[in-house]
Amino acid sequence: MSKRIELQKLNVYYSSFLAVEDVNMVIEPKAITAFIGPSGCGKSTLIRTLNRMHEVIPGARVEGQLLMDGEDVYGPDVDPVRVRRQVGMVFQRPNPFPTMSIKDNVLSGYKLNNSRMSKTEAEELTEKALVGANLWNEVKDRLDKPGSGLSGGQQQRLCIARAIAVEPDVILMDEPTSALDPISTAAIEDLAVELKEKFTVVIVTHNMQQASRISDMTAFFNIAGTGMPGKLIEYDRTEKIFSNPAEQQTEDYVSGRFG
Amino acid sequence: MTSQVTSSFQGTADLPKWVSPAMLLAFFMGSFTLQVMLASSTEQNELNLIPVAVFGLVGYAVALYALSRFVEGRRKATDRLVTILVTAAFSLALIPLLSLAYTVVQNGAARFDAEFFTFSMRNIVGEGGGALHAIIGTLEITGIATLISVPIGIMAAIYLVEYGRGTIARLVTFFVDVMTGVPSIVAGLFAYALFVIFFGPGVRMGLGGAIALSVLMIPVVIRATEEMLKIVPNELREAAYALGVPKWLTVIKVVLPTALAGIATGVMISIARVIGETAPLLIIAGFTASMNYNPFDERMMTLPVFVYTSYANQGVDMQSYVDRAWAGALTLMLIVMVLNLVARLISKYFSPKG
Ligand SMILES: Nc1ncnc2c1ncn2[C@@H]1O[C@H](COP(=O)(O)OP(=O)(O)OP(=O)(O)O)[C@@H](O)[C@H]1O
Ligand SMILES: [Mg+2]
Repeated sequence: MSKRIELQKLNVYYSSFLAVEDVNMVIEPKAITAFIGPSGCGKSTLIRTLNRMHEVIPGARVEGQLLMDGEDVYGPDVDPVRVRRQVGMVFQRPNPFPTMSIKDNVLSGYKLNNSRMSKTEAEELTEKALVGANLWNEVKDRLDKPGSGLSGGQQQRLCIARAIAVEPDVILMDEPTSALDPISTAAIEDLAVELKEKFTVVIVTHNMQQASRISDMTAFFNIAGTGMPGKLIEYDRTEKIFSNPAEQQTEDYVSGRFG
Repeated sequence: MTSQVTSSFQGTADLPKWVSPAMLLAFFMGSFTLQVMLASSTEQNELNLIPVAVFGLVGYAVALYALSRFVEGRRKATDRLVTILVTAAFSLALIPLLSLAYTVVQNGAARFDAEFFTFSMRNIVGEGGGALHAIIGTLEITGIATLISVPIGIMAAIYLVEYGRGTIARLVTFFVDVMTGVPSIVAGLFAYALFVIFFGPGVRMGLGGAIALSVLMIPVVIRATEEMLKIVPNELREAAYALGVPKWLTVIKVVLPTALAGIATGVMISIARVIGETAPLLIIAGFTASMNYNPFDERMMTLPVFVYTSYANQGVDMQSYVDRAWAGALTLMLIVMVLNLVARLISKYFSPKG
């Protein structure tokens, strides 16, 4: 399953500080949507509102509406924990659980929630998720070794495996390749393209080539100055944003003539 | 010009490796001979080792610094001087420790025998007897104190780090700070006062000792656990939340296991901290010569109190009392050492691998 996400008049706050203002957009299912923009414009803040991770920070709150296939994610009796089970997330820095083996890391979405499963089920699921994350061949002989013993790129793919093992509808990635070398980056980009067959994929990136290589839609955010809220400047098909953007700011940013 | 580039990286010549230890040896020998000569010239019979060490060390430091400054240059000479100072300070700190261990072992060995570990002091006035009742008492009282303190301490630390916000958290932190400074005798009086409410004046009970020790132990456990929980990276918590794991499960299954090694070490340190407490136990657990396995009734002996009473109330056969006191001290030290070893094993076994 893959879901359509609608953001309507979304304002995102840290206590009284308005970090992102008035975002209206529709994120398409079975596609990759890239968030680009200068540092501090609120890309991470916005992507974290999509799975209600934003409110983990004390004082953080969200105004406006966020609909997932028409369902209000911020509705009054929505359990954020349930939202997060359907919206997986991959972070900038790989963060496998250091006390767990590779296999347990992949299954952590189940194990940490005390879900029971048979041994064969667990093995099948591990293999499926690791194959899905293009990591199976590299780790199949050492599934019981600690996950922190892998290389950075492998750890990041392990985190992706962990996220897809719970079969979410949406996968969010916040600069998943910024700590990785070009080869691992290419592996993860290929993976993202495969993932969009099944999931809605949202990716934050500072790498313009990456956005233009893999994404179907691109959202450009900008900020008027420090202390000002970030805003969605332009949102369109990726080719359009990179070849013929409607806004001058977007053109300046994607062509590197910025600031 | 390559040759010049390389030469700019070249430092001054190094002193050969053997120079420093050889000089140390030479200066101590020299200092020793000097003192021997001085002692014989003034017809003192005893050789004082302190000036030997002082002269040897100072001479060695000055000479090595001068030599190194001349041969190796200023930076390396300073480095050598600082190394000597730090090592000397470390050795100085080690001397009382080693001397203490040596004294305890030497004096404790006399009565460190099978009888000591199989007999109580019931009906014993002179030689013989043992500290089994005190060992049992110490193990039971410290064990109960641990059972009380560890859950409370760990849960309080979890509250402070994972849940606590605002005034209540600040208040708890403040009281933990105050409790850390409570003198142990006050903890004993507190436990006594508490038990008087329920059992009337003159109450003596092992459980009271455990309560008194808990008062001392809880703040130590809280502090240690708090530090360990704080260094668990926030990214791990976020990773768990993002998988749809509720907060309490995240704490139990991600945060605590990651911090477990450190927490175990902290708990062991807190046990070692209270196992040697004498004053509060003297008040509330009292002392007795007989065996008492029941911490909920009657007086209970403990090792520190055993050592204290053996020493304070020496009977007719003084030496056997003093010997028993030392043997008790040695036992206590060995227990603490075993605890430390266990802590090391635990932290080695549980610490995150990778
Ligand atoms: N925990 C926080 N508390 C308060 N303000 C925050 C917090 N995190 C981020 N901000 C602020 O919110 C704004 C947006 O930050 P955000 O991290 O979303 O930017 P970003 O676009 O992801 O930047 P980058 O590209 O550098 O990652 C910034 O002004 C930042 O200072
Ligand atoms: Mg960011």
